[in-house]
Amino acid sequence: MDFYSLLIQLLNAVQYGLLLFLVASGLTLIFGIMGIINLAHGSFYMIGAYLAFSLASLTGSLLWAVLLGTVLAVALGLFLEWALFSRFYRREHLEQVLLTYGLILVFEELRSLILGNDVHGVAVPAALSASIPLTDTLSYPVYRLFMSGVCLVLAGGLYLLIQRTRVGMMIRAGSSNREMVQSLGLNINLVYRLVFALGVALAALAGMIAAPASSVYPGMGTQVLIICFVVVVIGGIGSVWGALLAALLIGLVDTFGKVFLPSISGLLVYLLMAVILLWRPEGLVKRT
Amino acid sequence: MTGALLEARELQTYYGASHVLRGVDFRVARGETVGLMGRNGMGKTTLLKSMLGLVKPRYGGVWVRGELVTGVEPWRIARRGIAYVPEGRGIFPNLSVRENLTMAARPGVEGRCDWTCQRVLETFPRLAQRLRHGGWQLSGGEQQMLTIGRALMTNPDLLILDEATEGLAPHVAREIWRIIREIRAHGIATLIVDKNHAAVTAISDRNVILVKGQVVFEGDGPTLRARPEILLQHLGV
Ligand SMILES: Nc1ncnc2c1ncn2[C@@H]1O[C@H](COP(=O)(O)OP(=O)(O)OP(=O)(O)O)[C@@H](O)[C@H]1O
Ligand SMILES: [Mg+2]
Repeated sequence: MDFYSLLIQLLNAVQYGLLLFLVASGLTLIFGIMGIINLAHGSFYMIGAYLAFSLASLTGSLLWAVLLGTVLAVALGLFLEWALFSRFYRREHLEQVLLTYGLILVFEELRSLILGNDVHGVAVPAALSASIPLTDTLSYPVYRLFMSGVCLVLAGGLYLLIQRTRVGMMIRAGSSNREMVQSLGLNINLVYRLVFALGVALAALAGMIAAPASSVYPGMGTQVLIICFVVVVIGGIGSVWGALLAALLIGLVDTFGKVFLPSISGLLVYLLMAVILLWRPEGLVKRT
Repeated sequence: MTGALLEARELQTYYGASHVLRGVDFRVARGETVGLMGRNGMGKTTLLKSMLGLVKPRYGGVWVRGELVTGVEPWRIARRGIAYVPEGRGIFPNLSVRENLTMAARPGVEGRCDWTCQRVLETFPRLAQRLRHGGWQLSGGEQQMLTIGRALMTNPDLLILDEATEGLAPHVAREIWRIIREIRAHGIATLIVDKNHAAVTAISDRNVILVKGQVVFEGDGPTLRARPEILLQHLGV
């Protein structure tokens, strides 16, 4: 494999990993802080992709679609937390799983009723549709670089939010001692609502920016959900930075697996998970 | 209601079927220091938590500054000027010492901002040297100082301390008692639960002894010291 092919695979791996991170970060935050196992998290990715598709057809612009879609996703997150999830924080995991599995069915059915079961494509915006030529035969699409860039900016924003702001302190404190946060006069329920909406928005955003690069299809939510659970488990449940590491690792293993070991590439991520869990049963990053 | 800062009346609290508080009347006036005593499992922590909204009492009421707060969310009760230093260590181990303090910062009920990060660090010089450390890296005494310092950052009118010196080396415990005196001298009411009855009665204005979820004695330090049979009967000392 020559240098440029390797570079392309590497860029693809990083791009895939960063996208996974966007979805998985919300999953791990919601589990780590509120203790909710949210099977419906993949549906938010699916909803994002379909929002990008329908809003882009409506407005004629992916940018507008993403802006509007993000607002809708935040609203959906706030609503779901208020109406359903806030009632399940102190319930058994089994009940949470039943609720969120039910939500998957509801979301899929709604999607089918409103938009049908066809596979759709979303056009890459003209400004980003070019490719960077690398050699005579190889080139790399600008949109993919753009995706990685957006993911990096969002990951950086998430870092600043969690590590540098008062809300971030409340989020971290809430994951270690909920009662104490309240005793300091801080409204933990509001923190939970914000975290949930943030998770939904990040997953939907991932779906929206991924839509032009992949396609928009039924079942895309479940596919991403499963791999995101692998990310969360490898990274260490509840750890956002563990999720980033794990997502990048999975991006690399999956991408290069398809190149070098195509016959077993589907298994490699799970092998990776098994190996890492044997080595570190709590995942890469253990929470303090 | 009366002019009490915090008042509980006929409070009854259950954990499932077990009846822990059996009708407790309790009050703390502005600026008053109250010692709450009782042997293990007599319901001291449960009384504190019931008043703070962390545990729901089944009967009775709790008032802060004459306003009924039973059933109100704990964070709203705390915002009425009540700070809590819980049993065990209440710090956030995954936050730095500075973050533990700044996250709690808030003006008091009447807009007072006496306690700033700087002032807390002057009161607890040991924390000043450890600002950047994670909470988990602190010794037991430092953790307790951080919990108290953090409570002060909310500029409370009442500071509730549950077993603040438990498990600390004697010289660290003495340091904590010195600080509690200092806080008291600033006019902040304090409600102290501690196994060191001598230290409690030495600074308290009034003492309450709880036995099996009921108040069996109420009186000031000299009265209590003059009647050692009460300590013997109810506290086993
Ligand atoms: N969460 C709980 N669930 C069930 N029972 C509890 C719970 N917390 C406390 N208890 C019981 O309630 C009773 C009173 O406990 P509480 O913690 O209020 O006592 P305490 O006076 O603070 O004791 P200590 O001096 O040991 O701190 C005890 O019998 C205890 O076992
Ligand atoms: Mg106790």
